Amino acid sequence: MTAFFQSLGMNYEWAWFVATVCGILLIALPLMLSVAMIIYVDRKVWAAINLRRGPNVVGPFGLLQSFADGLKVFLQETIIPSAANKGIFLIAPIVTFTVALAAWAVIPFDAGAVLADINVGLLYILAISSLSVYGVVMSGWASNSKYPFFSAMRASAQMISYEVSIGFILICVVLWAGTFNLSEIVMAQEGHGFGIVNGYFFNILLFPMWVLFFISSLAETQRVPFDLTEAESELVAGYQTEYSSMSFALFWLGEYANILLMCTLNALLFFGGWLPPLNIDLIPWFDIPGIFWLFAKIFFFFFMFSWVMATVPRYRYDQLMRLGWKIFLPFSLLFVVLISGWLMLTRYAA
Amino acid sequence: MIQTFAFYLFSALVIASATLVIMSRNPVHSVLWLIVSFFNAAGLMVLVGAEFIAMLLVIVYVGAVAVLFLFVVMMLDIDFAELRAGFVKNFPLGMLVALILAAELIMGLLAYSAGGLALGTPDGANAPLLGESNIENIGIVLYGKYLFLFETAGIILLVAMVGAIVLTHRGRKYQRSQIVSKQNARRPEEATVNKQPEVGKGVEL
Repeated sequence: MTAFFQSLGMNYEWAWFVATVCGILLIALPLMLSVAMIIYVDRKVWAAINLRRGPNVVGPFGLLQSFADGLKVFLQETIIPSAANKGIFLIAPIVTFTVALAAWAVIPFDAGAVLADINVGLLYILAISSLSVYGVVMSGWASNSKYPFFSAMRASAQMISYEVSIGFILICVVLWAGTFNLSEIVMAQEGHGFGIVNGYFFNILLFPMWVLFFISSLAETQRVPFDLTEAESELVAGYQTEYSSMSFALFWLGEYANILLMCTLNALLFFGGWLPPLNIDLIPWFDIPGIFWLFAKIFFFFFMFSWVMATVPRYRYDQLMRLGWKIFLPFSLLFVVLISGWLMLTRYAA
Repeated sequence: MIQTFAFYLFSALVIASATLVIMSRNPVHSVLWLIVSFFNAAGLMVLVGAEFIAMLLVIVYVGAVAVLFLFVVMMLDIDFAELRAGFVKNFPLGMLVALILAAELIMGLLAYSAGGLALGTPDGANAPLLGESNIENIGIVLYGKYLFLFETAGIILLVAMVGAIVLTHRGRKYQRSQIVSKQNARRPEEATVNKQPEVGKGVEL
Protein backbone atom coordinates (compact mmCIF):
# COMPACT_ATOMS: atom_id res chain seq x y z
CA MET A 1 0.00 0.00 0.00
CA THR A 2 2.99 2.26 0.61
CA ALA A 3 3.88 1.99 -3.07
CA PHE A 4 0.38 3.09 -4.04
CA PHE A 5 0.59 6.26 -1.97
CA GLN A 6 4.07 6.90 -3.32
CA SER A 7 2.64 6.75 -6.82
CA LEU A 8 0.29 9.57 -5.79
CA GLY A 9 3.36 11.75 -5.40
CA MET A 10 4.10 11.52 -1.65
CA ASN A 11 7.61 10.95 -0.39
CA TYR A 12 8.37 7.60 1.29
CA GLU A 13 7.86 8.69 4.92
CA TRP A 14 4.44 10.22 4.33
CA ALA A 15 3.35 7.37 2.08
CA TRP A 16 4.34 4.87 4.78
CA PHE A 17 2.50 6.87 7.46
CA VAL A 18 -0.71 7.22 5.43
CA ALA A 19 -0.57 3.56 4.38
CA THR A 20 -0.18 2.42 7.99
CA VAL A 21 -3.05 4.57 9.21
CA CYS A 22 -5.23 3.24 6.37
CA GLY A 23 -4.19 -0.31 7.27
CA ILE A 24 -5.13 0.21 10.91
CA LEU A 25 -8.52 1.60 9.92
CA LEU A 26 -9.04 -1.22 7.42
CA ILE A 27 -8.55 -3.73 10.23
CA ALA A 28 -10.15 -1.94 13.19
CA LEU A 29 -13.40 -0.74 11.61
CA PRO A 30 -14.43 -4.05 10.01
CA LEU A 31 -13.36 -5.74 13.25
CA MET A 32 -15.75 -3.58 15.27
CA LEU A 33 -18.53 -4.26 12.78
CA SER A 34 -17.87 -7.98 12.88
CA VAL A 35 -17.81 -7.92 16.69
CA ALA A 36 -21.30 -6.38 16.62
CA MET A 37 -22.52 -9.01 14.17
CA ILE A 38 -20.78 -11.88 15.94
CA ILE A 39 -22.54 -10.99 19.20
CA TYR A 40 -25.79 -11.36 17.27
CA VAL A 41 -24.63 -14.71 15.88
CA ASP A 42 -23.67 -15.82 19.37
CA ARG A 43 -27.12 -15.02 20.74
CA LYS A 44 -28.83 -16.68 17.79
CA VAL A 45 -26.80 -19.87 18.22
CA TRP A 46 -27.57 -20.07 21.94
CA ALA A 47 -31.21 -19.43 21.15
CA ALA A 48 -31.29 -22.19 18.55
CA ILE A 49 -29.66 -24.66 20.93
CA ASN A 50 -32.05 -23.67 23.74
CA LEU A 51 -35.03 -23.87 21.35
CA ARG A 52 -35.74 -20.15 21.66
CA ARG A 53 -36.00 -17.48 18.99
CA GLY A 54 -33.25 -15.12 20.08
CA PRO A 55 -33.14 -11.46 19.02
CA ASN A 56 -35.71 -10.98 16.25
CA VAL A 57 -37.27 -7.56 16.76
CA VAL A 58 -34.81 -4.85 15.73
CA GLY A 59 -34.31 -4.89 11.96
CA PRO A 60 -34.84 -7.87 9.64
CA PHE A 61 -34.29 -11.11 11.65
CA GLY A 62 -33.09 -8.91 14.51
CA LEU A 63 -29.88 -8.16 12.61
CA LEU A 64 -29.60 -4.67 14.08
CA GLN A 65 -29.94 -5.83 17.70
CA SER A 66 -26.27 -5.21 18.57
CA PHE A 67 -26.41 -1.69 17.16
CA ALA A 68 -29.53 -0.95 19.20
CA ASP A 69 -27.73 -2.26 22.31
CA GLY A 70 -24.70 -0.16 21.46
CA LEU A 71 -26.79 2.98 21.07
CA LYS A 72 -28.60 2.31 24.32
CA VAL A 73 -25.32 1.82 26.19
CA PHE A 74 -23.90 4.95 24.58
CA LEU A 75 -26.75 7.10 25.87
CA GLN A 76 -26.50 5.82 29.45
CA GLU A 77 -24.78 7.62 32.28
CA THR A 78 -21.30 6.50 33.34
CA ILE A 79 -21.45 5.82 37.05
CA ILE A 80 -18.22 5.85 39.04
CA PRO A 81 -18.50 4.44 42.58
CA SER A 82 -17.44 7.01 45.15
CA ALA A 83 -14.96 4.61 46.80
CA ALA A 84 -13.40 3.59 43.50
CA ASN A 85 -9.88 4.52 42.46
CA LYS A 86 -11.07 6.84 39.74
CA GLY A 87 -8.13 6.94 37.34
CA ILE A 88 -7.50 3.20 37.22
CA PHE A 89 -11.23 2.52 37.19
CA LEU A 90 -11.56 4.48 33.96
CA ILE A 91 -8.32 3.24 32.38
CA ALA A 92 -9.13 -0.47 32.90
CA PRO A 93 -11.78 -0.84 30.14
CA ILE A 94 -9.63 1.23 27.78
CA VAL A 95 -6.69 -1.11 28.39
CA THR A 96 -8.86 -4.17 27.72
CA PHE A 97 -10.17 -2.72 24.48
CA THR A 98 -6.83 -1.40 23.20
CA VAL A 99 -5.00 -4.64 23.92
CA ALA A 100 -7.73 -6.62 22.17
CA LEU A 101 -7.28 -4.46 19.06
CA ALA A 102 -3.46 -4.33 19.17
CA ALA A 103 -3.02 -8.07 18.66
CA TRP A 104 -4.64 -7.88 15.22
CA ALA A 105 -1.65 -5.97 13.82
CA VAL A 106 0.25 -9.15 12.95
CA ILE A 107 -2.65 -11.29 11.70
CA PRO A 108 -2.28 -12.14 8.00
CA PHE A 109 -5.63 -12.11 6.21
CA ASP A 110 -4.27 -13.28 2.88
CA ALA A 111 -0.88 -13.80 1.29
CA GLY A 112 0.84 -10.47 1.97
CA ALA A 113 -2.27 -8.84 3.47
CA VAL A 114 -0.84 -8.10 6.90
CA LEU A 115 -0.26 -4.80 8.65
CA ALA A 116 3.02 -5.67 10.39
CA ASP A 117 4.82 -8.66 8.88
CA ILE A 118 7.31 -9.05 11.71
CA ASN A 119 9.40 -12.17 12.22
CA VAL A 120 8.36 -12.54 15.88
CA GLY A 121 4.63 -12.41 15.05
CA LEU A 122 3.59 -15.31 17.24
CA LEU A 123 5.61 -14.02 20.20
CA TYR A 124 3.94 -10.64 19.72
CA ILE A 125 0.52 -12.31 19.95
CA LEU A 126 1.62 -14.14 23.09
CA ALA A 127 2.92 -10.89 24.61
CA ILE A 128 -0.24 -8.95 23.83
CA SER A 129 -2.54 -11.70 25.06
CA SER A 130 -0.60 -11.83 28.32
CA LEU A 131 -1.32 -8.11 28.68
CA SER A 132 -5.06 -8.58 28.46
CA VAL A 133 -5.21 -9.77 32.06
CA TYR A 134 -4.36 -6.25 33.24
CA GLY A 135 -7.70 -4.79 32.22
CA VAL A 136 -9.45 -7.33 34.41
CA VAL A 137 -7.06 -7.02 37.35
CA MET A 138 -7.11 -3.22 37.29
CA SER A 139 -10.88 -3.03 37.09
CA GLY A 140 -11.25 -5.56 39.89
CA TRP A 141 -8.94 -3.68 42.21
CA ALA A 142 -10.08 -0.16 41.31
CA SER A 143 -13.76 -0.99 41.84
CA ASN A 144 -13.02 -1.30 45.57
CA SER A 145 -15.66 -3.94 45.94
CA LYS A 146 -15.52 -7.58 47.02
CA TYR A 147 -16.94 -9.40 43.99
CA PRO A 148 -14.86 -7.63 41.34
CA PHE A 149 -11.80 -8.21 43.49
CA PHE A 150 -12.39 -11.96 43.75
CA SER A 151 -12.94 -11.97 40.02
CA ALA A 152 -9.64 -10.19 39.40
CA MET A 153 -7.81 -12.74 41.59
CA ARG A 154 -9.36 -15.59 39.69
CA ALA A 155 -8.63 -14.00 36.32
CA SER A 156 -4.95 -13.46 36.97
CA ALA A 157 -4.39 -16.98 38.30
CA GLN A 158 -6.37 -18.51 35.45
CA MET A 159 -4.67 -16.61 32.66
CA ILE A 160 -1.15 -17.26 33.97
CA SER A 161 -1.91 -20.98 34.30
CA TYR A 162 -3.24 -21.39 30.80
CA GLU A 163 -0.65 -19.18 29.16
CA VAL A 164 2.02 -21.69 30.19
CA SER A 165 0.41 -24.53 28.27
CA ILE A 166 -0.51 -22.23 25.35
CA GLY A 167 3.16 -21.31 25.17
CA PHE A 168 4.19 -24.95 24.85
CA ILE A 169 1.51 -25.63 22.25
CA LEU A 170 2.69 -22.69 20.17
CA ILE A 171 6.26 -23.98 20.50
CA CYS A 172 5.12 -27.25 18.91
CA VAL A 173 3.69 -25.38 15.93
CA VAL A 174 6.75 -23.17 15.66
CA LEU A 175 9.04 -26.21 15.74
CA TRP A 176 7.19 -27.81 12.88
CA ALA A 177 6.91 -24.63 10.82
CA GLY A 178 10.44 -23.51 11.65
CA THR A 179 9.46 -19.85 12.00
CA PHE A 180 7.68 -17.38 14.27
CA ASN A 181 6.24 -15.41 11.36
CA LEU A 182 2.51 -16.07 11.05
CA SER A 183 2.42 -15.80 7.25
CA GLU A 184 5.25 -18.29 6.93
CA ILE A 185 3.54 -20.63 9.41
CA VAL A 186 0.46 -20.62 7.17
CA MET A 187 2.57 -21.17 4.05
CA ALA A 188 4.35 -24.10 5.75
CA GLN A 189 0.98 -25.84 6.08
CA GLU A 190 0.39 -25.95 2.34
CA GLY A 191 -0.19 -29.56 1.33
CA HIS A 192 0.89 -30.78 4.75
CA GLY A 193 -1.19 -33.96 4.69
CA PHE A 194 0.08 -36.11 1.77
CA GLY A 195 0.17 -32.98 -0.39
CA ILE A 196 -3.63 -32.91 -0.30
CA VAL A 197 -4.75 -31.37 2.98
CA ASN A 198 -3.69 -27.85 3.98
CA GLY A 199 -3.30 -27.59 7.73
CA TYR A 200 -1.47 -28.99 10.71
CA PHE A 201 -4.60 -30.55 12.22
CA PHE A 202 -3.97 -33.47 9.86
CA ASN A 203 -0.64 -34.15 11.55
CA ILE A 204 -0.93 -36.99 14.04
CA LEU A 205 1.47 -35.27 16.47
CA LEU A 206 -0.09 -31.83 16.16
CA PHE A 207 -3.75 -32.79 16.23
CA PRO A 208 -3.77 -33.37 20.03
CA MET A 209 -2.07 -29.99 20.36
CA TRP A 210 -4.95 -28.41 18.45
CA VAL A 211 -7.47 -29.96 20.84
CA LEU A 212 -5.47 -28.59 23.77
CA PHE A 213 -5.17 -25.21 22.08
CA PHE A 214 -8.89 -24.97 21.48
CA ILE A 215 -9.68 -25.72 25.13
CA SER A 216 -6.94 -23.37 26.31
CA SER A 217 -8.29 -20.61 24.09
CA LEU A 218 -11.67 -21.06 25.77
CA ALA A 219 -9.91 -20.62 29.10
CA GLU A 220 -7.80 -17.72 27.89
CA THR A 221 -10.83 -15.76 26.68
CA GLN A 222 -12.79 -16.71 29.82
CA ARG A 223 -15.63 -18.34 27.96
CA VAL A 224 -17.88 -21.04 29.38
CA PRO A 225 -16.92 -23.60 30.81
CA PHE A 226 -14.05 -21.50 32.23
CA ASP A 227 -15.89 -18.22 32.85
CA LEU A 228 -15.21 -18.26 36.58
CA THR A 229 -14.30 -14.58 36.52
CA GLU A 230 -17.89 -13.63 35.81
CA ALA A 231 -19.69 -16.56 37.38
CA GLU A 232 -23.13 -15.05 38.00
CA SER A 233 -24.07 -17.47 40.75
CA GLU A 234 -21.01 -16.56 42.83
CA LEU A 235 -19.70 -13.15 41.80
CA VAL A 236 -22.67 -11.16 40.41
CA ALA A 237 -20.95 -10.11 37.16
CA GLY A 238 -17.35 -10.37 38.32
CA TYR A 239 -15.04 -7.52 37.41
CA GLN A 240 -17.76 -5.77 35.39
CA THR A 241 -20.09 -5.42 38.36
CA GLU A 242 -19.43 -1.73 39.03
CA TYR A 243 -19.25 -0.68 35.39
CA SER A 244 -21.98 1.02 33.40
CA SER A 245 -22.61 2.48 29.95
CA MET A 246 -19.62 2.84 27.60
CA SER A 247 -17.03 1.60 30.10
CA PHE A 248 -19.02 -1.64 30.32
CA ALA A 249 -19.40 -1.77 26.54
CA LEU A 250 -15.64 -1.48 26.07
CA PHE A 251 -15.16 -4.61 28.19
CA TRP A 252 -17.70 -6.39 26.08
CA LEU A 253 -16.21 -5.32 22.76
CA GLY A 254 -12.73 -6.23 23.97
CA GLU A 255 -13.90 -9.64 25.12
CA TYR A 256 -15.46 -10.47 21.77
CA ALA A 257 -12.49 -9.08 19.84
CA ASN A 258 -10.31 -11.45 21.89
CA ILE A 259 -12.61 -14.37 21.12
CA LEU A 260 -12.40 -13.60 17.40
CA LEU A 261 -8.62 -13.38 17.73
CA MET A 262 -8.46 -16.82 19.32
CA CYS A 263 -10.69 -18.25 16.57
CA THR A 264 -8.36 -16.68 14.01
CA LEU A 265 -5.33 -18.20 15.71
CA ASN A 266 -6.98 -21.62 15.64
CA ALA A 267 -7.55 -21.15 11.92
CA LEU A 268 -4.06 -19.79 11.20
CA LEU A 269 -1.99 -22.20 13.25
CA PHE A 270 -3.76 -25.50 12.70
CA PHE A 271 -6.23 -25.15 9.83
CA GLY A 272 -4.14 -23.47 7.16
CA GLY A 273 -5.33 -19.86 7.50
CA TRP A 274 -6.26 -18.40 4.14
CA LEU A 275 -5.43 -21.58 2.22
CA PRO A 276 -8.34 -23.67 0.96
CA PRO A 277 -8.88 -26.84 3.01
CA LEU A 278 -7.73 -29.16 0.22
CA ASN A 279 -4.75 -28.52 -1.99
CA ILE A 280 -6.64 -29.76 -5.07
CA ASP A 281 -8.12 -27.29 -7.55
CA LEU A 282 -11.77 -28.30 -7.51
CA ILE A 283 -12.90 -26.03 -10.32
CA PRO A 284 -13.43 -22.61 -8.65
CA TRP A 285 -11.52 -23.63 -5.52
CA PHE A 286 -8.30 -21.64 -6.03
CA ASP A 287 -10.16 -18.65 -7.53
CA ILE A 288 -11.90 -17.90 -4.23
CA PRO A 289 -9.89 -15.18 -2.51
CA GLY A 290 -7.99 -16.45 0.54
CA ILE A 291 -9.68 -14.00 2.85
CA PHE A 292 -13.02 -15.83 2.36
CA TRP A 293 -11.45 -19.13 3.40
CA LEU A 294 -10.01 -17.46 6.48
CA PHE A 295 -13.36 -15.87 7.36
CA ALA A 296 -15.16 -19.17 6.88
CA LYS A 297 -12.71 -20.87 9.22
CA ILE A 298 -13.01 -18.09 11.82
CA PHE A 299 -16.77 -18.37 11.60
CA PHE A 300 -16.60 -22.14 12.04
CA PHE A 301 -14.49 -21.79 15.19
CA PHE A 302 -16.75 -19.07 16.51
CA PHE A 303 -19.68 -21.42 16.04
CA MET A 304 -17.80 -24.02 18.07
CA PHE A 305 -17.18 -21.42 20.79
CA SER A 306 -20.86 -20.57 21.11
CA TRP A 307 -21.83 -24.22 20.80
CA VAL A 308 -19.64 -24.98 23.81
CA MET A 309 -21.10 -21.99 25.64
CA ALA A 310 -24.65 -23.20 25.13
CA THR A 311 -24.05 -26.81 26.14
CA VAL A 312 -21.33 -27.15 28.77
CA PRO A 313 -21.73 -26.37 32.48
CA ARG A 314 -19.14 -24.29 34.34
CA TYR A 315 -16.01 -25.79 35.90
CA ARG A 316 -15.25 -25.56 39.59
CA TYR A 317 -12.18 -23.44 40.27
CA ASP A 318 -9.98 -26.24 41.62
CA GLN A 319 -10.92 -28.38 38.63
CA LEU A 320 -9.86 -25.56 36.35
CA MET A 321 -6.46 -25.31 38.03
CA ARG A 322 -6.02 -29.07 38.00
CA LEU A 323 -6.79 -29.22 34.29
CA GLY A 324 -4.32 -26.43 33.55
CA TRP A 325 -1.37 -27.50 35.66
CA LYS A 326 -1.70 -31.25 36.06
CA ILE A 327 -3.05 -32.29 32.67
CA PHE A 328 -2.41 -29.66 29.99
CA LEU A 329 1.08 -28.66 31.13
CA PRO A 330 2.65 -32.17 31.30
CA PHE A 331 0.84 -33.23 28.16
CA SER A 332 1.98 -30.26 26.08
CA LEU A 333 5.51 -30.56 27.50
CA LEU A 334 5.56 -34.23 26.48
CA PHE A 335 4.53 -33.25 22.97
CA VAL A 336 7.26 -30.60 22.73
CA VAL A 337 9.75 -33.39 23.45
CA LEU A 338 8.03 -35.82 21.06
CA ILE A 339 7.81 -33.33 18.22
CA SER A 340 11.35 -32.03 18.55
CA GLY A 341 12.58 -35.61 18.74
CA TRP A 342 10.63 -36.59 15.64
CA LEU A 343 11.91 -33.56 13.73
CA MET A 344 15.48 -34.34 14.78
CA LEU A 345 15.03 -37.90 13.49
CA THR A 346 13.44 -37.01 10.17
CA ARG A 347 14.03 -33.43 9.09
CA TYR A 348 17.30 -32.47 10.74
CA ALA A 349 19.02 -35.86 10.68
CA ALA A 350 22.50 -34.91 9.53
CA MET B 1 13.89 11.23 12.23
CA ILE B 2 11.10 8.95 13.38
CA GLN B 3 13.65 6.73 15.11
CA THR B 4 15.09 9.62 17.08
CA PHE B 5 11.60 10.72 18.02
CA ALA B 6 10.62 7.20 19.10
CA PHE B 7 13.84 6.82 21.08
CA TYR B 8 13.29 10.02 23.05
CA LEU B 9 9.60 9.20 23.55
CA PHE B 10 10.33 5.73 24.92
CA SER B 11 13.26 6.77 27.08
CA ALA B 12 11.42 9.77 28.50
CA LEU B 13 8.49 7.49 29.36
CA VAL B 14 10.80 4.91 30.94
CA ILE B 15 12.42 7.53 33.14
CA ALA B 16 9.15 9.25 34.02
CA SER B 17 7.35 6.04 34.91
CA ALA B 18 10.36 4.71 36.82
CA THR B 19 10.35 7.92 38.86
CA LEU B 20 6.65 7.51 39.50
CA VAL B 21 7.27 3.94 40.72
CA ILE B 22 9.11 5.30 43.73
CA MET B 23 7.14 8.53 44.05
CA SER B 24 3.58 7.22 44.14
CA ARG B 25 2.05 6.67 47.56
CA ASN B 26 -0.06 3.68 46.65
CA PRO B 27 1.94 0.44 46.09
CA VAL B 28 -0.57 -0.72 43.46
CA HIS B 29 0.07 2.46 41.49
CA SER B 30 3.79 1.77 41.85
CA VAL B 31 3.41 -1.68 40.29
CA LEU B 32 1.32 -0.28 37.45
CA TRP B 33 3.95 2.38 36.73
CA LEU B 34 6.57 -0.37 36.81
CA ILE B 35 4.59 -2.15 34.11
CA VAL B 36 4.51 1.01 31.97
CA SER B 37 8.25 1.27 32.45
CA PHE B 38 8.85 -2.37 31.38
CA PHE B 39 6.68 -1.85 28.36
CA ASN B 40 8.57 1.22 27.21
CA ALA B 41 11.87 -0.56 27.83
CA ALA B 42 10.59 -3.21 25.42
CA GLY B 43 9.99 -0.40 22.92
CA LEU B 44 13.64 0.66 23.29
CA MET B 45 14.71 -2.95 22.69
CA VAL B 46 12.76 -2.98 19.43
CA LEU B 47 14.53 0.25 18.42
CA VAL B 48 17.99 -1.29 18.81
CA GLY B 49 16.87 -4.27 16.74
CA ALA B 50 16.48 -6.80 19.55
CA GLU B 51 12.84 -7.66 18.88
CA PHE B 52 13.13 -11.13 20.41
CA ILE B 53 14.38 -9.72 23.72
CA ALA B 54 11.65 -7.09 23.59
CA MET B 55 8.92 -9.71 23.21
CA LEU B 56 10.46 -11.83 25.98
CA LEU B 57 10.56 -8.76 28.22
CA VAL B 58 6.85 -8.24 27.71
CA ILE B 59 5.91 -11.92 28.00
CA VAL B 60 8.03 -12.73 31.05
CA TYR B 61 8.14 -9.50 33.03
CA VAL B 62 4.91 -7.77 32.10
CA GLY B 63 2.86 -10.89 31.44
CA ALA B 64 3.93 -13.06 34.35
CA VAL B 65 6.20 -11.47 36.95
CA ALA B 66 4.39 -8.14 37.23
CA VAL B 67 1.02 -9.89 37.38
CA LEU B 68 2.23 -11.85 40.39
CA PHE B 69 3.60 -8.62 41.94
CA LEU B 70 0.25 -6.98 41.42
CA PHE B 71 -1.48 -10.06 42.76
CA VAL B 72 0.44 -9.81 46.04
CA VAL B 73 0.43 -6.03 46.37
CA MET B 74 -3.31 -5.80 45.72
CA MET B 75 -3.99 -8.00 48.72
CA LEU B 76 -1.86 -5.90 51.09
CA ASP B 77 -3.66 -4.02 53.79
CA ILE B 78 -1.98 -0.69 53.25
CA ASP B 79 -1.55 1.64 56.20
CA PHE B 80 -0.28 4.90 54.74
CA ALA B 81 0.66 6.43 58.12
CA GLU B 82 2.89 3.48 58.94
CA LEU B 83 4.47 3.59 55.49
CA ARG B 84 5.66 7.14 56.06
CA ALA B 85 6.75 6.55 59.66
CA GLY B 86 9.95 4.62 58.83
CA PHE B 87 11.54 7.44 56.82
CA VAL B 88 14.25 8.51 59.27
CA LYS B 89 15.10 4.95 60.24
CA ASN B 90 15.49 3.76 56.64
CA PHE B 91 17.15 6.91 55.29
CA PRO B 92 20.83 5.79 55.66
CA LEU B 93 20.14 2.41 54.03
CA GLY B 94 18.30 4.10 51.19
CA MET B 95 21.17 6.50 50.64
CA LEU B 96 23.62 3.59 50.53
CA VAL B 97 21.58 1.82 47.84
CA ALA B 98 21.29 5.07 45.90
CA LEU B 99 25.07 5.59 46.07
CA ILE B 100 25.75 2.06 44.79
CA LEU B 101 23.33 2.53 41.92
CA ALA B 102 24.84 5.92 41.03
CA ALA B 103 28.32 4.39 41.03
CA GLU B 104 27.12 1.63 38.71
CA LEU B 105 25.56 4.18 36.39
CA ILE B 106 28.78 6.21 36.20
CA MET B 107 30.81 3.04 35.61
CA GLY B 108 28.45 2.08 32.80
CA LEU B 109 28.77 5.50 31.17
CA LEU B 110 32.56 5.35 31.45
CA ALA B 111 32.62 1.89 29.90
CA TYR B 112 30.38 3.08 27.09
CA SER B 113 32.52 6.13 26.37
CA ALA B 114 35.57 3.85 26.28
CA GLY B 115 34.03 2.44 23.09
CA GLY B 116 33.65 -1.09 21.77
CA LEU B 117 29.84 -1.22 22.08
CA ALA B 118 28.21 -1.59 18.68
CA LEU B 119 24.45 -1.56 18.85
CA GLY B 120 22.34 -3.44 16.33
CA THR B 121 20.12 -1.93 13.68
CA PRO B 122 16.38 -2.59 13.21
CA ASP B 123 16.95 -4.62 10.03
CA GLY B 124 19.38 -6.89 11.86
CA ALA B 125 22.32 -5.88 9.64
CA ASN B 126 24.69 -5.62 12.60
CA ALA B 127 23.55 -8.89 14.14
CA PRO B 128 26.55 -10.70 15.57
CA LEU B 129 26.55 -13.97 13.69
CA LEU B 130 24.59 -14.50 10.53
CA GLY B 131 22.97 -11.27 9.59
CA GLU B 132 19.75 -13.15 10.14
CA SER B 133 16.95 -12.52 12.63
CA ASN B 134 18.11 -12.45 16.21
CA ILE B 135 16.01 -15.48 17.20
CA GLU B 136 18.40 -17.62 15.16
CA ASN B 137 21.43 -15.74 16.45
CA ILE B 138 20.42 -16.18 20.07
CA GLY B 139 19.61 -19.83 19.44
CA ILE B 140 23.01 -20.51 17.91
CA VAL B 141 24.87 -18.75 20.73
CA LEU B 142 22.76 -20.18 23.53
CA TYR B 143 22.51 -23.79 22.34
CA GLY B 144 25.92 -23.98 20.71
CA LYS B 145 28.63 -21.85 22.24
CA TYR B 146 27.17 -21.48 25.73
CA LEU B 147 25.26 -24.76 25.96
CA PHE B 148 26.76 -25.87 29.27
CA LEU B 149 26.36 -22.48 30.91
CA PHE B 150 22.76 -22.44 29.72
CA GLU B 151 22.09 -25.88 31.15
CA THR B 152 23.80 -24.92 34.40
CA ALA B 153 21.49 -21.92 34.68
CA GLY B 154 18.56 -24.25 34.11
CA ILE B 155 19.71 -26.65 36.83
CA ILE B 156 20.27 -23.77 39.29
CA LEU B 157 16.71 -22.60 38.65
CA LEU B 158 15.41 -26.12 39.16
CA VAL B 159 17.30 -26.43 42.45
CA ALA B 160 15.95 -23.05 43.57
CA MET B 161 12.42 -24.15 42.72
CA VAL B 162 12.75 -27.46 44.56
CA GLY B 163 14.26 -25.61 47.51
CA ALA B 164 11.39 -23.13 47.64
CA ILE B 165 8.87 -25.95 47.57
CA VAL B 166 10.67 -27.92 50.28
CA LEU B 167 10.98 -24.85 52.51
CA THR B 168 7.34 -23.84 52.26
CA HIS B 169 5.74 -27.26 52.14
CA ARG B 170 4.27 -28.38 55.42
CA GLY B 171 3.05 -31.93 55.30
CA ARG B 172 0.05 -32.05 57.61
CA LYS B 173 -0.58 -35.28 59.45
CA TYR B 174 -4.26 -35.78 58.84
CA GLN B 175 -4.52 -34.23 55.45
CA ARG B 176 -7.68 -35.05 53.56
CA SER B 177 -6.82 -34.54 49.92
CA GLN B 178 -9.24 -35.39 47.19
CA ILE B 179 -8.37 -38.15 44.76
CA VAL B 180 -9.92 -37.09 41.52
CA SER B 181 -9.91 -40.47 39.81
CA LYS B 182 -11.77 -41.90 42.81
CA GLN B 183 -14.31 -39.10 42.65
CA ASN B 184 -14.86 -39.60 38.95
CA ALA B 185 -15.21 -43.35 39.37
CA ARG B 186 -18.05 -42.95 41.86
CA ARG B 187 -21.45 -43.89 40.50
CA PRO B 188 -24.83 -42.86 41.92
CA GLU B 189 -25.57 -46.48 42.91
CA GLU B 190 -22.61 -46.59 45.31
CA ALA B 191 -23.28 -43.22 46.85
CA THR B 192 -27.05 -43.35 47.38
CA VAL B 193 -29.48 -45.87 48.78
CA ASN B 194 -33.09 -46.08 47.77
CA LYS B 195 -35.40 -46.74 50.74
CA GLN B 196 -39.12 -46.78 51.04
CA PRO B 197 -39.82 -46.20 54.71
CA GLU B 198 -43.15 -46.87 56.31
CA VAL B 199 -44.88 -43.80 57.60
CA GLY B 200 -43.75 -42.87 61.10
CA LYS B 201 -40.96 -45.50 61.28
CA GLY B 202 -37.91 -43.66 59.96
CA VAL B 203 -34.95 -45.22 58.16
CA GLU B 204 -32.12 -47.45 59.30
CA LEU B 205 -28.97 -46.71 57.31
